[in-house]
Amino acid sequence: MTSASARARADLRVDLLFIADLIAPGSRVLDIGCADGALLDYLSRERGADGRGIEISQAGVNACVARGLSVIQGNADTDLMDYPDDAFDYVVLSRTLQATRNPRDVLAQLVRIGRRAIVTFPNFGYWRVRWNLVANGQMPTTRLLAEPWYSTENIHLCTIRDFTQLCDDLDLRTERQVILNHTGHSTRFRSTSRFANFFGEQALFMLSRC
Amino acid sequence: MAIADPMDRSSSNAGQYVELGDEGALRLDSGTELPRFGVAYQTYGTLNADKSNAVLVCHALTGDQHAANTHPITGKLGWWEVMIGPGRPLDTDRYFIISSNVLGGCMGSTGPKEINPETGEPWALSFPVITIGDMVRAQARLLDHLGIDQLFCVIGGSMGGMQALQWASAYPERVFASVPIASAARHSAQNIAFGEVGRQAIMADRNWHGGEYHAHATTPHAGLAVARMAAHITYLSEAALHRKFGRKLQDRDSITFGFDADFQVESYLRHQGSTFVDRFDANSYLFITRAMDYFDMAVEHDGSLPAAFHKTPVRFCVISFTSDWLFPTADSREVVKALNAEAANVSFVEVETDKGHDAFLLDEPEFHKTLVGFLNGAADKRGLKKP
Repeated sequence: MTSASARARADLRVDLLFIADLIAPGSRVLDIGCADGALLDYLSRERGADGRGIEISQAGVNACVARGLSVIQGNADTDLMDYPDDAFDYVVLSRTLQATRNPRDVLAQLVRIGRRAIVTFPNFGYWRVRWNLVANGQMPTTRLLAEPWYSTENIHLCTIRDFTQLCDDLDLRTERQVILNHTGHSTRFRSTSRFANFFGEQALFMLSRC
Repeated sequence: MAIADPMDRSSSNAGQYVELGDEGALRLDSGTELPRFGVAYQTYGTLNADKSNAVLVCHALTGDQHAANTHPITGKLGWWEVMIGPGRPLDTDRYFIISSNVLGGCMGSTGPKEINPETGEPWALSFPVITIGDMVRAQARLLDHLGIDQLFCVIGGSMGGMQALQWASAYPERVFASVPIASAARHSAQNIAFGEVGRQAIMADRNWHGGEYHAHATTPHAGLAVARMAAHITYLSEAALHRKFGRKLQDRDSITFGFDADFQVESYLRHQGSTFVDRFDANSYLFITRAMDYFDMAVEHDGSLPAAFHKTPVRFCVISFTSDWLFPTADSREVVKALNAEAANVSFVEVETDKGHDAFLLDEPEFHKTLVGFLNGAADKRGLKKP
């Protein structure tokens, strides 16, 4: 690895690093909620990916396009239906599912327009979240859920168990799963275990249609 | 192919001029043909050895080829001076910029003002009704003449954006990147309505003479000025008008209880109207607004806009402005939706500004920054040398 690509890795958020490592070189990738385009930039530079992005914020889109990425202003709830089936090899939705209006429909769209969907989300079953609510009797705020209840964009939070149930409902195949602990390291927990739901701070799933 | 001396021409303001048609007549959408036609154009920068750095700048309704040089009639700077030049977004140290007067225009390209070789008289209303597609066809013939197979980029605002879209649709293999700004894939009912007001104002002028004003040694100044005044309002926004003029009075302390231009905004519009008639031809205004009205890319593809961009290899950057009510963001979104349906390579930005439709002509830092980013990314992909 060159020092430049090592630097590029060091700049990536931990869940994005795990995502990047799942994506085969030269793939067509759609990153939904791509923010400033860090993942897309990394994928196109280091993996030769043909990357596209959707971002809700004006500032984010401008930052992406200004760095030469193909990004449109839009959101997961309304804009995915425009894409044809299997338009992408991978569709990425990182820490965004909980902020969508209709996560079930969004999830179904992801696996329709992509041959694989990679989804990461903060686990609401994480013990610190539970502790917040149990001990303080207040809506939890943690490192990943930093905004207070009145200003958070996260309107559909879920636990790992909730998520796997929805995947079952939608008849999705889980190809990969990574449960990350509070230090950002992957654990050996299986997503269906109680430990994963208790000690996992965030989770990553790679899904496809059965 | 004859390259006429620009100094020979009645307009004498053409810049460069080429007469085309030797390689075949220009077939128009209306079914008629122009056996010979002329294109007046300007270029800026230098074409590289493999002819891969050409950028076609498409002008809007009342623009012309003088995008980045002093205008021969008005003496003003070019209409896209902020965009074109060394170190500017359309960097003449990196790109070869071509700006041509549209077919039907009145700054040297064949249009209703020019002489019909068959009659020896100005075409006037006998000029065939042209479309955006015809304008683009004529531009493609200009590129053939210049020996350019593929444009690095085709870019334009408003009607220029329509051409940028039409180029990508009609000649996908000849366009690497397309940038339609403040534009649409079809003219809206509201815009057709505004166009009709302008045309009626011109035709209601008794000096119009059914389009034959040349024969009467007159021009429908008043009608054309009113058309311009009405159109000019649509290029601005209420906020911009308020900021610029408010209810301020023109060179007076109180209202006059008359119909003189009491208000600054009236005086401004009158000025816009009266200066416009010195450089624009009334019949050209009729033909070009009609071409915009007829523009509807979906109709040409059985009602499906995505079909207009089927499997397109072109990289798009669609840009709109928040306060543009003539070509609102929704129009741009329609284009983006269609491109997404083809999984095309598209970027889309809505720039926050209160300057209305005209924002595409102005120095809007966010707009320029986005455009530079897109162009740099595309130029790197195309392998164009950095300046």
